[in-house]
Amino acid sequence: MKPVFWSRLDLTARRFTPIGLTVLLVLLNIMPLQVPGLAQVMPLLPLMSIYLWAVHQPDLMPVYAVFLVGILQDTLSGVPLGVYGLTYLIVYATVLWQRRFLAGKSFVVIWVGFTVVAAGAVIIGWILISSLHSTFIEPGAMAFQYLISLGVFPLLAWFFMRWQRAFLDHV
Amino acid sequence: MKERSRFTHRVSAPIRGLGHRFAFLALVVAAFALMLVGKADVAMMERFRTQVTDAVAPILDIMSRPVATANEVVAEVRVLGVIAAENRSLRLDKERLLHWQVIARKLEAENKALRAQLNYTPAPEASYVTARVIADTGGAFAHSLLLNVGVQPGIAKGQAVVTGDGLVGRIAGVGDRSTRILLITDLNSRIPVLIETTRTRAILAGNNTNRLRLIHLPPGSSVSPGDRVVTSGHGGAFPVGLPVGLVESVSDAGISVKPFVTRDRLEYVRVLDYGLKGIIDGSHPTGETMEGGKAQP
Repeated sequence: MKPVFWSRLDLTARRFTPIGLTVLLVLLNIMPLQVPGLAQVMPLLPLMSIYLWAVHQPDLMPVYAVFLVGILQDTLSGVPLGVYGLTYLIVYATVLWQRRFLAGKSFVVIWVGFTVVAAGAVIIGWILISSLHSTFIEPGAMAFQYLISLGVFPLLAWFFMRWQRAFLDHV
Repeated sequence: MKERSRFTHRVSAPIRGLGHRFAFLALVVAAFALMLVGKADVAMMERFRTQVTDAVAPILDIMSRPVATANEVVAEVRVLGVIAAENRSLRLDKERLLHWQVIARKLEAENKALRAQLNYTPAPEASYVTARVIADTGGAFAHSLLLNVGVQPGIAKGQAVVTGDGLVGRIAGVGDRSTRILLITDLNSRIPVLIETTRTRAILAGNNTNRLRLIHLPPGSSVSPGDRVVTSGHGGAFPVGLPVGLVESVSDAGISVKPFVTRDRLEYVRVLDYGLKGIIDGSHPTGETMEGGKAQP
């Protein structure tokens, strides 16, 4: 009885790590790092996380978690509520829809997939915020943010791959 | 066992797929609903935002400490390298400032004497609360900060937030453990300002970049690069004369202002309390439209 209970608990805890890591990345994204110019072009870490888990193990990143992570980011970062929520839902749905082209493929394929998906996400966010504020937002910073995200992506992908091998291989 | 699980899978997969699709659609609708409610009921959304921020603030506070320490260490090491040069320039500064001190003393005495003659009522002295920045909401979509102080005397919506360099922004929301600052560079920020030398009034508008735009100048007014821009105190939200930035360029496309405060260097900020109750007051209905960013000039 007891060992079963503990192993169950262990399993549950492991299964929650993708969501936990994504929430952590939301918080990390708004840390005041005091690196000149970084605040405005901070890489889209939660977006990468949602993309990666949707590709590798969508069962560990259910759709309601994607939505809640988005709402958390909306709330903390001061953008109109629902913007990141909707953006992440669309990203998630797109990845699941095209998953057979991505799952289990080489890293380069997954990276290229991210360049496309992230571009879509940034454009959707831009349209949503521009229309909610009824103004034109300078796209410069957003373009930089996108490019930096592409550069940081391999690092996070590598980390998540290690994480998956270490903790999630048998769940 | 294997057979059974395969069978269960074959039956349950489409049902689950349908369930997922329904959940997805419901959440998409929920996201749109949130956007609409956010537009319609700004006050409620702000309350919700404050509650969530309050819940997360302790975590952010702890997380941001190692980062701050690391930055301090880097800064210390960097300072060591240039200590001799800095010393030299500080000596020069000291001489220059001593000269200014003499002038300031003289002016102060003169000012006092003149005020006594005119029965002048001095502007209220500001008290302030110093707070630590625990989050800088990254991204190009919104420019705001979170502070590690909550509701207490001296912290209220609409108050000016400054550093030694100049104006940072204003308080957009106060919770029990956290305070949200709308930076002057945010899309929703509109600040009544003056050109310091000519006393021309204008509005300084943020646009989510690190430059500000000067708008609503009276016709025929002249502005040139290098002019200092300070708060005008109109609307009663801010005190008069807080330094904001320098006019950087004047062209047909608009007047661009470079703020004195750079967002990356913010670690501690001061919240000023002048006891002003201006038009930016949470309880006032017109104050709410101000919050929504549609500030009428």
